[in-house]
Amino acid sequence: MKRKVAGQVVINEEIAPDIYSMWIETDLAMDAKAGQFVGVFPANQSTLLPRPISICEIDKSRSQLRLVYRVVGKGTGELSHFKPGRRVMLLGVLGNGYPLDKAEGKHAVLMAGGIGVPPILQLAKDLSGRDSAPIAKDVTIIVGYRDCNTFLKEELEQYGRVIIATDDGSVGTHGNVIDAMKENGIQPEIIYACGPMPMLRAIKTYSEEAAIDAYISLEERMACGVGACLGCVCKTKDIDKHSHVNNARICTDGPVFEAKEVMI
Amino acid sequence: MANTAINIAGVEFKNPVMTASGTFGSGMEYGEFVDLSNLGAVVTKGVANVAWPGNPTPRVAEVYGGMLNAIGLQNPGVDVFIERDIPFLKQFDTKIIVNVCGKSVEDYLEVVEKLSETEVDMLEINISCPNVKEGAIAFGQCADSVFDITKKIKNVSKKPIIMKLSPNVTDITEIAIAAEAAGSDALSMINTITGMKIDINRRTFALANKTGGMSGPAIKPIAVRMVYQCANKVKIPIIGMGGISCAEDAIEFMMAGATAVACGAMNFVNPYLTQEVVTGIEDYLRRNKIDDIHEIIGCVK
Repeated sequence: MKRKVAGQVVINEEIAPDIYSMWIETDLAMDAKAGQFVGVFPANQSTLLPRPISICEIDKSRSQLRLVYRVVGKGTGELSHFKPGRRVMLLGVLGNGYPLDKAEGKHAVLMAGGIGVPPILQLAKDLSGRDSAPIAKDVTIIVGYRDCNTFLKEELEQYGRVIIATDDGSVGTHGNVIDAMKENGIQPEIIYACGPMPMLRAIKTYSEEAAIDAYISLEERMACGVGACLGCVCKTKDIDKHSHVNNARICTDGPVFEAKEVMI
Repeated sequence: MANTAINIAGVEFKNPVMTASGTFGSGMEYGEFVDLSNLGAVVTKGVANVAWPGNPTPRVAEVYGGMLNAIGLQNPGVDVFIERDIPFLKQFDTKIIVNVCGKSVEDYLEVVEKLSETEVDMLEINISCPNVKEGAIAFGQCADSVFDITKKIKNVSKKPIIMKLSPNVTDITEIAIAAEAAGSDALSMINTITGMKIDINRRTFALANKTGGMSGPAIKPIAVRMVYQCANKVKIPIIGMGGISCAEDAIEFMMAGATAVACGAMNFVNPYLTQEVVTGIEDYLRRNKIDDIHEIIGCVK
């Protein structure tokens, strides 16, 4: 059941320039799955809309969610100053999440770039079976960063082999995640991805040519987060169930889509 | 408990709280947060004669104290709507008002004729959407065309009609008077105010459509002023809307002359808003020892 609730900030710290990691105690944690997101409300009433932020980690035993977010404007700027103990209003849990069962017995390759990296952490944890029975046969994580600020790298390494690509070549492969995959001879049997649109387009093309299932998480400007306003649509191959016009709602039909289903 | 029931064109509403078209879908999404049976009416997203894909993204942008949208009236068309959305809404003890949009007079008439044969309670005619190139606002910005389209719709509609007015005009009272003269049963006001936002990092418009309709608390004083002006010029009931974020805002609109109110963009911020406004109005009446909500409608002269 979706709801708007008050959570409490546990930790909120900068882990790379402009990248913050916030643990929030909230009962939404009990319903959350990898690849879903929450709407976080700034307290300043001039910025009204919830900020859609992906869930980086779920700790059901402590009833906590971890959000790792980039400060991009006034809303996230305000969030970055939230101190431990502070109340924070959340709308959640939103979106569909990654289909974990598709990776059963397969070599799953998780590809992410920039602020798309955080949701891959919980996914890697689930697929590798760190907290439960393993789902995937193998997990390889290929992550792209702008530069040497490879946030979450050490944490990802607990759940699978991690390969790095950077835009400036300072760490790992000089190039994108597809370059890094090829350079390291990685042969995915299923791909899960989150990141900037050019990366997702490249993954869509690659997965279609190689006939591999790929699930990609999309992002768009949104208002309601619950499927009512029709702000955050994405063109789809088939007609969508809401308006029958090949426009899926990223907030509710997604954010995770099968790559071949979306026209990006 | 004080009487909160109101009547518009012979339709009895249990309370004056409605949803503003386009912010509440057909109620399915917010049914998870509020019991739709507690609302006076659900006013649906605009429905055209055929499915409309809407505008490219980005379709929404935040602005100070509100937001811009340029959805472009994406909708599944009236046939899907009749088959799917009306049966959904009929499960609840609330009135159904369907927002009707079109690119030509014929489009509007086709939708109105089809909905006339259904169990909906009223039709809200959208002649004020600023985000589609043909139709919509083009009909709503000149008194003569408002008179003309209202008359034509009234001739074929078997349901009472509400003309939804645009604030993007020189004198909204002229439009209101024209709609009343042509037989409109009620008025909804205001639709969004055309605005623009520039994304200075991308050096382009924040919305793919360049302009969008502004809504949210920042526009409320404009909406209250327009409701007040029109309420003093027409006799037909007015449904007031524009940035309502709490019961106090709704009461302002009613005191300015609105018989009913609609909650819009602030549903996105507070998904429980409609229910809270219903309860908040009841509390206000009780605290102030008012027996009947009609005592506050238009009480400010």
